[in-house]
Amino acid sequence: MSLAAQTHGFLSPTGVEIAFLLVGLVTFGAALVSVTTRQLVHAALWLVVALGGLAVEYLLLTAEFIAWVQVLIYVGSVVVLLLFGLMLTKAPIGRSPDADSGNRWAALTVAVAAAAALVWVVVDAFRATWIDLDGAAAGSTKVTGASLFQNWVLPFEALSVLLLAALVGAIVLSRKAKATAAASSAVADAPGGRAAKEEVR
Amino acid sequence: MNDTVDVALRLLIVFVVFLTFPLIVGQTEHKVMAHMQGRLGPMYAGGFHGWAQLVADGVKFAQKEDVVPSGADRRVFQLAPAVALLPYLLVLLAIPIGPGEGAVGQVLDAGIFFVLAVMGVGVLGSLMAGWASANKFSLLGGLRTAAQLLAYELPMLLAAASVAMAAGTVSLPGILHAFHWWWLPWQIVGAIVFFVAGLAELQRPPFDMPVADSEIIFGAYTEYTGLRFALFLLAEYAGIVVLCGLTTVLFLGGWHGPWGAEGLGWVWTLLKTAVLAFVVIWLRVTYPRLREDQLQKLSWTLLVPLSLAQIALTGVVKVVIS
Repeated sequence: MSLAAQTHGFLSPTGVEIAFLLVGLVTFGAALVSVTTRQLVHAALWLVVALGGLAVEYLLLTAEFIAWVQVLIYVGSVVVLLLFGLMLTKAPIGRSPDADSGNRWAALTVAVAAAAALVWVVVDAFRATWIDLDGAAAGSTKVTGASLFQNWVLPFEALSVLLLAALVGAIVLSRKAKATAAASSAVADAPGGRAAKEEVR
Repeated sequence: MNDTVDVALRLLIVFVVFLTFPLIVGQTEHKVMAHMQGRLGPMYAGGFHGWAQLVADGVKFAQKEDVVPSGADRRVFQLAPAVALLPYLLVLLAIPIGPGEGAVGQVLDAGIFFVLAVMGVGVLGSLMAGWASANKFSLLGGLRTAAQLLAYELPMLLAAASVAMAAGTVSLPGILHAFHWWWLPWQIVGAIVFFVAGLAELQRPPFDMPVADSEIIFGAYTEYTGLRFALFLLAEYAGIVVLCGLTTVLFLGGWHGPWGAEGLGWVWTLLKTAVLAFVVIWLRVTYPRLREDQLQKLSWTLLVPLSLAQIALTGVVKVVIS
């Protein structure tokens, strides 16, 4: 590793690194637009660009499996869910005047703090690590699967329990909503029923 | 230089396939539907059995005015057809049609994930079109598209995961190299689930309520005219080619056949794909459109349990034989 690090300058401009930087800028710009735009659906669509840009970054880091899973889960499902939710509201074409939040400064602080912590940790951890392109790709499905189910089984199982709990919670919530809806519709029915009886009379 | 020529040639071939195969499927649909309904179908354009009908249609579409409604979100409205069409072009790159290096556009390590992920992106085009048209029917179509995708993504993924488990790899050529004939009865439930879920993702009858022309006037595409509408149609037929090709590769053994697997493997792939495309057309003529709630019920109470059972069966057999 140290040998490899010696042959590479920090941020030496190879083609891949330039591409990585440019895609990173596009991703960052798309993320900025998606939180600042006043057009709700445009925000969701810029989110597609940001998430897709992240997938390209994973590809450039030879993490092919993670890249496609990113597209499958985030672009293919999460954004579709977001758009579905937006279509159920009255998201207008053009600007929404109330698409703003009083928390914007708090949100900015949290975002900057989180970004600073992440950048610091990642740079500190991988400063001298270079990806070996000659051997088996470090992010291929085989390598990812082996390390996931050999070294990281416990977190993996904990996460699946968390997801199961979320699933059960979603079912409980939707059933409760159904019960109250049925109760309220029964209340709403009651006067109508009485009126119907009176009409019969 | 040699590599560059190689890459350029592969891209060119995939592009030509992308431009011709959907048209062939479309013309077949004209003729097959007509004969199933006791008609002749197009007979004049081009002379011989109306073979040039779709070329004539294309010329007609190109001549029409490209209208953008004044209330629409202009840029999203104009971008939507491209978002709907391009993913299928990318997916075609990864589908192997024969054994060997030369018979696939690009070998991908995580091929199954790539094709399913990129196919899912195509639906964003319909959603964008549905929202940006500023039209009630389009919005309804977009809503139905999203609900349909959320219902069908899961069984499709689970069915594909079953094959990946059986083969021990997620690369499409790798799956074909591991294929044996007895996988056919072993994975048949998964195959049916995958095909049905794929039909729903493509919004083909009997799952075409997002476009339902007789109730919501083509859904997300109501406001589209001319070339942009033609691009949406092309996306539908390219989707049929991609879905049938994928089902062939994942479940029907691709280039494997009773004989001639080495030299003529690609003929087997094309033959199986063509038969599946015929089934897609056949289903359109045969079955009435499902209602939206019937579709959700079919997916969550039938297809998801079936695909889970298929995964369990795959796991058990895999453990027993290894």
